[in-house]
Amino acid sequence: IEWFYPEGPAPPFSAGTGAAACSSPATAFTFAAFCYMLALLLTAALIFFAIWHIIAFDELRLNPIAQCNTLNPLVLPEYLIHAFFCVVFLCAAEWLTLGLNMPLLAGHIWRCMSRPVMSGPGLYDPTTIMNADILAYCQKEGWCKLAFYLLAFFYYLYGMIYVLVSS
Amino acid sequence: MSAPAGSPHPAAGARIPPKLGGAAAPAGPGLGPARPQQNGPAQNQMQVPSGYGLHHQNYIAPSGHYSQGPGKMTSLPLDTQREDYYSGLYTVPTQNVVTPSTAHQQPGAQQMYGRGPPAPHIAGSTPGSFQGAASSASHLHMSASQPHSSFVNHYNSPAMYSANSSVASQGFPSTCGHYTMSTVSNAAYPSVSYPSLPAGDPYGQMFTSQNAPTVRPVTDNSFSGQNTAISHPSPLPPPPSQQHHQQQSLSGYSTLSWSAAGLLSAQDNLVRNHTGSLAAANNNPANTVADSLSCPVMQNVLPPKSSPVAPTVLSSASSARMPPTANQLVEPVASVTQPSELLQQKGVDSSSTTSSASPMPNSYDALEGGSYPDMLSSAASSPAPDPTPESDPAPAPAPAPAAPQPSKLAKPFGYGYPTLQPGYQNAAAPLNAGLQPGNPVYSGFQQYPQYPGMNQLSSSLGGLSLQSSPQPESLRPVNLTQERNILPTTPVWAPVPNLNLELKKLNCSPDSFRCTLTNIPQTQALLNKAKLPLGLLLHPFRDLTQLPVITSNTIVRCRSCRTYINPFVSFIDQRRWKCNLCYRVNDVPEEFMYNPLTRSYGEPHKRPEVQNSTVEFIASSDYMLRPPQPAVYLFVLDVSHNAVEAGYLTILCHSLLENLDKLPGDSRTRIGFMTFDSTIHFYNLQEGLSQPQMLIVSDIDDVFLPTPDSLLVNLYESKELIKDLLNALPNMFTNTRETHSALGPALQAAFKLMSPTGGRVSVFQTQLPSLGAGLLQSREDPNQRSSTKVVQHLGPATDFYKKLALDCSGQQTAVDLFLLSSQYSDLASLACMSKYSAGCIYYYPSFHYTHNPSQAEKLQKDLKRYLTRKIGFEAVMRIRCTKGLSMHTFHGNFFVRSTDLLSLANINPDAGFAVQLSIEESLTDTSLVCFQTALLYTSSKGERRIRVHTLCSPVVSSLADVYAGVDVQAAICLLANMAVDRSVSSSLSDARDALVNAVVDSLSAYGSTVSNLQHSALVAPSSLKLFPLYVLALLKQKAFRTGTSTRLDDRVYAMCQIKSQPLVHLMKMIHPNLYRIDRLTDEGAVHVNDRVVPQPPLQKLSAEKLTREGAFLMDCGSVFYIWIGKGCDNNFIEDVLGYPNFASIPQKMTHLPELDTLSSERARSFITWLRDSRPLSPVLHVVKDESPAKTEFFQHLIEDRTEAAFSYYEFLLHVQQQICK
Repeated sequence: IEWFYPEGPAPPFSAGTGAAACSSPATAFTFAAFCYMLALLLTAALIFFAIWHIIAFDELRLNPIAQCNTLNPLVLPEYLIHAFFCVVFLCAAEWLTLGLNMPLLAGHIWRCMSRPVMSGPGLYDPTTIMNADILAYCQKEGWCKLAFYLLAFFYYLYGMIYVLVSS
Repeated sequence: MSAPAGSPHPAAGARIPPKLGGAAAPAGPGLGPARPQQNGPAQNQMQVPSGYGLHHQNYIAPSGHYSQGPGKMTSLPLDTQREDYYSGLYTVPTQNVVTPSTAHQQPGAQQMYGRGPPAPHIAGSTPGSFQGAASSASHLHMSASQPHSSFVNHYNSPAMYSANSSVASQGFPSTCGHYTMSTVSNAAYPSVSYPSLPAGDPYGQMFTSQNAPTVRPVTDNSFSGQNTAISHPSPLPPPPSQQHHQQQSLSGYSTLSWSAAGLLSAQDNLVRNHTGSLAAANNNPANTVADSLSCPVMQNVLPPKSSPVAPTVLSSASSARMPPTANQLVEPVASVTQPSELLQQKGVDSSSTTSSASPMPNSYDALEGGSYPDMLSSAASSPAPDPTPESDPAPAPAPAPAAPQPSKLAKPFGYGYPTLQPGYQNAAAPLNAGLQPGNPVYSGFQQYPQYPGMNQLSSSLGGLSLQSSPQPESLRPVNLTQERNILPTTPVWAPVPNLNLELKKLNCSPDSFRCTLTNIPQTQALLNKAKLPLGLLLHPFRDLTQLPVITSNTIVRCRSCRTYINPFVSFIDQRRWKCNLCYRVNDVPEEFMYNPLTRSYGEPHKRPEVQNSTVEFIASSDYMLRPPQPAVYLFVLDVSHNAVEAGYLTILCHSLLENLDKLPGDSRTRIGFMTFDSTIHFYNLQEGLSQPQMLIVSDIDDVFLPTPDSLLVNLYESKELIKDLLNALPNMFTNTRETHSALGPALQAAFKLMSPTGGRVSVFQTQLPSLGAGLLQSREDPNQRSSTKVVQHLGPATDFYKKLALDCSGQQTAVDLFLLSSQYSDLASLACMSKYSAGCIYYYPSFHYTHNPSQAEKLQKDLKRYLTRKIGFEAVMRIRCTKGLSMHTFHGNFFVRSTDLLSLANINPDAGFAVQLSIEESLTDTSLVCFQTALLYTSSKGERRIRVHTLCSPVVSSLADVYAGVDVQAAICLLANMAVDRSVSSSLSDARDALVNAVVDSLSAYGSTVSNLQHSALVAPSSLKLFPLYVLALLKQKAFRTGTSTRLDDRVYAMCQIKSQPLVHLMKMIHPNLYRIDRLTDEGAVHVNDRVVPQPPLQKLSAEKLTREGAFLMDCGSVFYIWIGKGCDNNFIEDVLGYPNFASIPQKMTHLPELDTLSSERARSFITWLRDSRPLSPVLHVVKDESPAKTEFFQHLIEDRTEAAFSYYEFLLHVQQQICK
């Protein structure tokens, strides 16, 4: 019952959201909550991506070509998903959340810029991937991303509840 | 963000260029220091002139000495010069007081060797019976494979079958009594002939040469009873290569720099040695032969059918013995083929997809590393004798007493390793002490007294330290800025790991396998402190003249890490052995208990696997996924206008016609040809056709094979058609107007054609591919060739060639590229096709068959070697190392399929590899570490074989010990490889900075460990004294130089070579050897094949050494230059070059005429000798002082200053400045 309650009146919230979305506080509120919900779902997906990434790199030792072929198509979707909800947060003017996501976004952009010469999509080159440095880096990257997404997941959950509750 | 930047090489960064390790930072700090340098030197140059001038003055005396010296040098005792040099000009650092110069010590070392090398000399000049001499003398040497040599010789000795006296095998030791030590350990070994085994016994021992047919002269000799010095069983069995020569030059040089007394005694030894071994020679063959004749199953010893030498041997022996062997050998192989058919399907089915997923990897992985063939059960069926002998405790302990005792007594004999570094004088001590009273005895390292078979090697000995002992030679501090002649006059040898005598003897030859740090630091922290790269340099498929080949049902391997049993494992008791890599205790299989060599039971540690660090196993079906493939060769030839104009087809076809019969392979060998311009032409050579049929496919977007079955044909069945085609090809396209080149589609077609079998594709390309898939654009800006800033386009422009190479690699096909172009052809992109498919790359810039005869000659010679050298197919190489160490990065041409597994579609004897190592866990609980490479391949005769090399090194805990064991040449080669990677992944200037930092960091790290030196001096340990020189040479190498006009393709080719050349060749490329040849004398000469080869001293690479009155030879590995000074003696010009005076020498001269004069003979024999030592015969250029070609020559004088680069002295000052910062 309470879920629907704030939707109607909601005047107290507009003060808290800031000046940007003053015009229609009700929609701004729902949009922010929607953003968090969306981010929550997508982050769950990203967590699976990250886990897949980690597992694949563990198995990479067996057959780098096959593993690169399975990993490479997933890189772009992951980056796009992340970029997508960054944009969504930007629209929702969730500056703090956006700020927290910026480093990862920058990292992704950098990765795309510095990717090896490849005709297909993706980042991983089977000829260099077995290089201990690159392998270690990719594994570390996988774990770091997993940690980040997990934290982000709980943060979005918190953010969503906060947005809903604080109304 | 920062991590990714560092990511390509975080650890490398940590290691080579700690200052560059950072990320976005590297550019900053990297350039930061660089800038000041630019200024620094400028400042310096203000002082340099004075400073340098000052030094120059200091040097004047000696250099005056030298400038007329080089020729005379031979007659001058080196030490007196040195003495002058030191006493006159320098205050000798206190630490040097007792430390003689290297020049002093070499003779000491030689003295010991005196016994070793001389035998070959004589043997070289004496045919026949001296074989035995050489081989018995060879027991002095350390090589574990020595004993086999004696076998081989016996079998070849013509006398042997007539000898009937059955002397007990113990007779052998007695004939060469003074070799007590070595014979003790070998007592049972060399004198044993192959035992009588019940027929059908699975054991077969074969000792054979694994040479490529090209080297056949060598092998032929070694087998035919006419011993050449080349084929003498050298301690490290590497004949045509350096090692042998070095040995000889050692003794050669002894006459140079040694006092008469020393010389005399050396000669004395020589003589005694010969007589002694002669006696041995006379008796020995008889014993063994008699012995072996008495045994009924000598077949086991016959060479394998795959050996190219087999026929020779057999014919010289008794051919009646052949059939049983053949049967025996075939049997296992045949049995193999059946079960693997299933697997073959697996390997073939995905051939048409372009997805790079290869079906093979996992299974091959499993092959080499996986499934343990549980042969224990089969061992039961092996006809091993009754286990009663087990109760006999004697056999095992017997050799043990030999070890500790002789380590003192017999050192001079046993220490036959020719590569003794001055640093390890402990073994030399007994002899040296007498000759060189002032010589510090280096006994810092504890000797390991254990016998490897008896004790656990890796126990207890943790703390080895130099602290309490006098300094070893390799740690002698050298003040670099004051040492004028840093380059020794003799070639630099690899340092010997400081192991005990037994292990040293068993250790792998440094030619095949060496480590940058012969003393492995205990922890990564210690390694980081030393600031030196840790890694391995491999030349695994090197041509060997002596290689024990083992056929056995069970290949004994560790159950957990799959290490092959090797000389460094320890036998806990009769039935169990402990793996030296993972320390697991394994059972000794029943079959292994029986030693076919001694015909005894219960002596597993005497088996050849445990006596030799380089062995080859004939693998069973467990090591196959499909029946061994036949040799398949496909030639893909560019026939566009450009190619026809260059005229390479004539040379290629001629070469092929000549060598068609010498192509390695068996009766199944297949061959095919394709040509391409804007279309692709196939040639149907099916047997039965009256003439070759040309099939043209013009659809290059979707290439198909017109008649897939008849394009690759059996070489022998279609030989006439092939010959017809080869005769016709050069003229078929003479009028072509087609300028386009559809290389990409042609390669796709080649891949399709090869994928069912695998094999070798040789691609000849003369221009930038311009049509179809994989087309390339010109990326080079000629104006940027001499830029000092950014060099771009070192990496590929497209991944087409890389993907193709991976597909090929998955189908066991290697692509070799011959690029013969006059214009930019984007080698950086094209090279990928060979890099990742384990092929090789040849590049002939501005090739033209008439306009550029020297390139044409080079192509011809390269082709001869290329077509006839040994080849291995569908190979994998795995490198294992002791727990705690791990592989970091691999360098070479291959595809890395797993953390320690390299996939090599083809392996050739000229391929080298490098591996960076890291220390993951501390090695405190072990005193030895081992590295093992196992190369599993299919020989050209269709046999699956495994070549195993094992290297052992001690672990040390102090920084000083680490420095004492630096192998500077290996370190430089590894650094060069790392720098190539860095240039491609980051930038050339980054790589250059990293190289400079490698010197700065290692020298400053060393400086900080030596407290009692003034900080102003640039001091290096003697083991590292050549490090700055070599790094400077690298900076001036084509691959890394800036500021000098360098074509992009040339640069990329130099990088490819750095990555794929073995160390011996790479070192010549980096730092050429310079000799003065107008005053060659016989003093110190060595004898090879009845020829006297003079041994002029090495000159440093500086114009200061070039006198106008002289003629100099520069050996750059793939090319020789002879520089003739303006004032060169007319006699020399006339006698050697065949022209009356300097003015009449033509500009382009590539041959020395065969003149019947002494100096011509000497010069030619010296050059031939240098040529013989390498696989690719280099081209000779005679360069006149005033000709335009002299810039080519002068750019190799790396110690001199150029417009764009430091001189050696300036470089030192620069390094010093960086250190002080």
